[in-house]
Amino acid sequence: MLELAVGIILGACALGAGIAMVAGIGPGIGEGNAVAKACEAIGRQPETRSEVTTTMLMGCAVAETTGLYALIIAILLLFVAPGRLVNILLEAVGK
Amino acid sequence: MKKADKKFQLADRLLIFMTILPIIIGIVIKVLTTPAEEGIAVHGALIYFTLPAPVQNLPITESQVNSWLVMTAIAFLCLYLTHGIRRGVETKRQYFCEWIVEMCYGMVKGNMGEFFKEFAPFIASILALSAFSSLICLFGLYSPTSDINVVAGWAILVFGLITYYKMKCGPKQYLKSFGEPVKFLAPLNIISEVATPISMSFRHYGNVLSGSVISVLVASGLQGVSAKLFSGINFPFLQIGIPAVLSIYFDVFSGCLQAYIFAMLTMLYVSGGFPAEEYFRRKAEKSKKVN
Repeated sequence: MLELAVGIILGACALGAGIAMVAGIGPGIGEGNAVAKACEAIGRQPETRSEVTTTMLMGCAVAETTGLYALIIAILLLFVAPGRLVNILLEAVGK
Repeated sequence: MKKADKKFQLADRLLIFMTILPIIIGIVIKVLTTPAEEGIAVHGALIYFTLPAPVQNLPITESQVNSWLVMTAIAFLCLYLTHGIRRGVETKRQYFCEWIVEMCYGMVKGNMGEFFKEFAPFIASILALSAFSSLICLFGLYSPTSDINVVAGWAILVFGLITYYKMKCGPKQYLKSFGEPVKFLAPLNIISEVATPISMSFRHYGNVLSGSVISVLVASGLQGVSAKLFSGINFPFLQIGIPAVLSIYFDVFSGCLQAYIFAMLTMLYVSGGFPAEEYFRRKAEKSKKVN
């Protein structure tokens, strides 16, 4: 029975990490839009290339933030959560 | 004259040596403390030892030690670059430093305005520290920026600066700024205020850490593949060179880009939070009263 419980914890953590990374869609679309518009702007006014590139990189970095939150949650679920949850389970069983 | 030249060269060599020495020390410490037969795995910063402290024991970790090493290396690099700068004598080294200083001042002036001109050394040191901390993993050391505690420390420092410049017109004005544009948005404004250091630290740390996690995954995958392909020989042939290609993006490009973005966001937040109009109006009033 204990093996099953530990297995459920590990599987649920891995599944949760995978589902959390669905949030990667958002930054992908956002950054794609930003780069597309930057390319258009450079095509229209090639002389503003360096300024547009700097602004685009800044915007991309800010748009990336939500994806990184999801990534950190996924990393926590993969590397930190299983050990903790198993410890909690073992304590509960030990009582 | 010749003796002075010799002395100058000797000092030069000493400074270069002192720049490289911290990295060598880091590698030696890493080799001595890494447990044998560990293989490739994702792990956090090693704890070298813990100092006993009154409230909670203070662990001295790999990231702390490495960031001190990076700081010493940068300090000696700056000493080397500025060694022997004189008026009228123009060398390549001098042009290089002048280019760096001018670039930093230009960047700060362009993004923050004339009032924040004195910020250039601070921004330059943030840039250098962050970029070199990310680049140190090219030597196989644990980069301090992939530890959230280090980056969160920087972000809290920047948050303090932002708050200080927002309070330039007194705490009353600062509290009033939360009720803008409408009074009932105050809770949201407070949340977005608190989110600033969190998002800054998570952005930098997440980028560097995700790069190292992906590199480790690729390296361990290649180990498995080469074990299948060359089953007779116990040597991971595919691990030679191939993971280094990823390092060009994840370590070099991403590390430098994140350093730039951290510095840029610092500049934008500090100069954006500063109530410039109110401050200059009050200053003008004050000078009128004195006159």
